[in-house]
Amino acid sequence: MEKPRIKVDAVSAKPLKNSKSRRKFLKMGGLAVAGSGLLLYGCSSDDDMNNPEPMPGEVFDLGSGDVGILNYAYALEQLEAAFYTKVLDGSYWAGANAEEKKILEDLYDHEVIHREFFKAAIGANAEASQVLPELEFDFSSVNFADRNSVLATARVLEDTGVAAYNGAGRLLQTPDFLVIAGKIVSVEARHAAAIRSIYLEDDTAFAGDDIIDSNGLDLAKDPQTILSEVGNTGFVVTEFTANNLPQ
Amino acid sequence: MDIIKFLDEFTSESLTKKASSRRAMLGNLGSFGKKAAMVAVPFGLASTSSKAFAQDNGNNAIGALQLALTLEYLEAEFYIKALDSGVLPSGGRAEAVYNQISKHESAHVTFLQTGLGDNSVDSPEFDFTAGGAFDPFNPNNDMAYAQLLALAQAFEDTGVRAYKGQAGNLMGTQFLTPALQIHSVEARHASEIRRLRADVLNENTNENALGWITLNNRGPGMPEATQAVYDGEENVVQGGVNLVDATGFSAEAVSQSYDEPMSGEVAQQIAGLFIVS
Repeated sequence: MEKPRIKVDAVSAKPLKNSKSRRKFLKMGGLAVAGSGLLLYGCSSDDDMNNPEPMPGEVFDLGSGDVGILNYAYALEQLEAAFYTKVLDGSYWAGANAEEKKILEDLYDHEVIHREFFKAAIGANAEASQVLPELEFDFSSVNFADRNSVLATARVLEDTGVAAYNGAGRLLQTPDFLVIAGKIVSVEARHAAAIRSIYLEDDTAFAGDDIIDSNGLDLAKDPQTILSEVGNTGFVVTEFTANNLPQ
Repeated sequence: MDIIKFLDEFTSESLTKKASSRRAMLGNLGSFGKKAAMVAVPFGLASTSSKAFAQDNGNNAIGALQLALTLEYLEAEFYIKALDSGVLPSGGRAEAVYNQISKHESAHVTFLQTGLGDNSVDSPEFDFTAGGAFDPFNPNNDMAYAQLLALAQAFEDTGVRAYKGQAGNLMGTQFLTPALQIHSVEARHASEIRRLRADVLNENTNENALGWITLNNRGPGMPEATQAVYDGEENVVQGGVNLVDATGFSAEAVSQSYDEPMSGEVAQQIAGLFIVS
């Protein structure tokens, strides 16, 4: 397993010890400050700050190697599960037609099951302190009484999930984890297609030309891109860093 | 440093080496992969099917891609013939959906042929009647539309499972990411075809006719001959954890949340039903 080479201070939680090193991150890895809370740094450099283990109260880092990728997936599943929890509490869902109601209820079930799986799986493969804590979310920008607002958000989250798993597969070292990720990503793709199909007018939207390229390939995005996009939604309140993910 | 690592992955030597060391790893790790591979019981084995797959067993990655290409040939030809048949209601959702999927499957064929280069395989000759069991392209057959939908569902759900089953063979190669990108497109297709079929059957809220697979249920109106496509999908244990026990959700919901892989052998057997030579 690759040894994490950098430990990064949580920028907003406490002042950086050394402003020079911050500039270095910006230059080398492409620091992406995402939305309200999520901080993402470039993760592979030869910087050798040897900071001690994170102290309690510090911002959580997703970690390195497979555990880091599992935490990354866990963060995305937490986001999706929290979103559909709100959807099922909202008035759009309460009054939706039977098919849409059923679809969204199933999506809630599936995402909560995925979330709980990652919590258990990471717990079984890492120290308790390495398991991403429960994140706090802010969905105040979504109107849960409005069909368009709910389905547009669902579409973004599901397409993002597909692109995230597709991009993270190559970063996994353990075959078992790759298979598990594969088992989940195709269900996310089934979700994405269904949401697009009920939400968008175009009969080809389930796998539309906006996401599938001329080779017939779906999107695949690396964790930095995904975390920056997720950050831009403003949904994630709890800060965490991704300084040590494999690249 | 990363660039060198990246370039290194493109040499075929390292591809082969990595593939075999992954295989060793998989063997050691046991339960997981094996459980995944054990599942489906073949429902029929076409005697000629093994000939149709010129798999080079010496290289798992190439064999995986050759299997994928053969499945893509099957799908691509199926959709082209379906669109030419005059069976699909013209100008509606079904035609638009089949057109879009056809475009992707044909693109997958070209993409895989190019990726395989000298290791590419030719298309087998297909018989979509499966020896007379179906007559999907005949506009005079009252069941043709239903059969077109059922076969499309079986092919797409098989495609999802088959790609997933090959992921381990592609680990550490530059083919893994594109294969995953095809895999999720097949899953989008599967979801849409399932929902289209449900709509035609007026079964939109039937638990077994949603975009995802419940337990090992093939769904309303699916011929029994397609059951092998769904066997094993009822699994509720992931990473050694029984998720029904762990989450309190039903076996139905848990099984829906995970698509199960299919071994190359089973995928070949299913495709073999439609292969003449």
